[in-house]
Amino acid sequence: MLDRLDRQIINELQGGFPLSERPYAEAAARLGLEEQDLIDRIGRLLDQGRLSRFGPMYNAEKMGGAFCLCAVKVPQQDVERIAACINSYAEVAHNYERQHSFNIWFVLASDTTERIEQVIRDIESEIALTVFAFPKLEEFFIGLRVNA
Amino acid sequence: MTDNGIDPIDRKLIIATQSGLPLTSRPYDQLAGGLGIETAEVLRRLKRMLDQGIIRRIGVVPNHYALGLNANGMSVWDVNDREVSRLGTLVGELDFVSHCYHRPRHLPEWPFNLFAMVHGRRRDEVEEKIASIVHLLGPACRAHDVLYSIRILKKTGLRLAA
Repeated sequence: MLDRLDRQIINELQGGFPLSERPYAEAAARLGLEEQDLIDRIGRLLDQGRLSRFGPMYNAEKMGGAFCLCAVKVPQQDVERIAACINSYAEVAHNYERQHSFNIWFVLASDTTERIEQVIRDIESEIALTVFAFPKLEEFFIGLRVNA
Repeated sequence: MTDNGIDPIDRKLIIATQSGLPLTSRPYDQLAGGLGIETAEVLRRLKRMLDQGIIRRIGVVPNHYALGLNANGMSVWDVNDREVSRLGTLVGELDFVSHCYHRPRHLPEWPFNLFAMVHGRRRDEVEEKIASIVHLLGPACRAHDVLYSIRILKKTGLRLAA
């Protein structure tokens, strides 16, 4: 179970981790914790899977690359096999099964747009299904505000 | 270095940190040691990338499933193209919407051009939030759908090849 301090870490440390010599000590002080306690708690939350990551979140597009949301309509009996095939590409950053005829939704991330287009073509030829590309045309807000 | 600029040292720094920061008292010293540069340079580069938006933020990335936010609905909306910017801004401002984008349609199968991710503890909580978006968009919205996630098939985040 999460205690009050774990929740506080999750809610208040989604950004603003210090860039300094002793960043954990600085962040811990803001949260009313000891440095080692903060380090241990982040480590534990990562081990438990409650945090998927801790560190800088990079924006691939700003590095001259791109993200592209893609979807495939996969017959139910083929989901496992097709998902494994899609996931084998390192550029697949995440992949969700959703309840819809468009049931497999994955995000490609790479440092070049050419590579994204190539991976889409490679996946299409490998799975013999159309990959529908949904590149973002405009972004209105980003940033998950979870309240644990 | 390109305009939006990462040079080869930035790239090494990104590769060294994309799976996470070291969980030690002086994490940037450890990164500096690994890259053979000064700690001050690591800090300067991270600060610059943060200012340029190459780094969105530095901190914890919650796994919302593991935190009990099990209902994750990707809501999709067919709105007039001329109004999509205005309406997307309105929907994006809602505090329960974590991501909101204008994306292309794939007619005839996919008429939706506005995507908004809605999270909640239970599905009925998401349904209530969807209803408030329906109300907000009013007649400008011709159709909508909600795609609930069944499971995560992969989640690793961005990975640059080393």
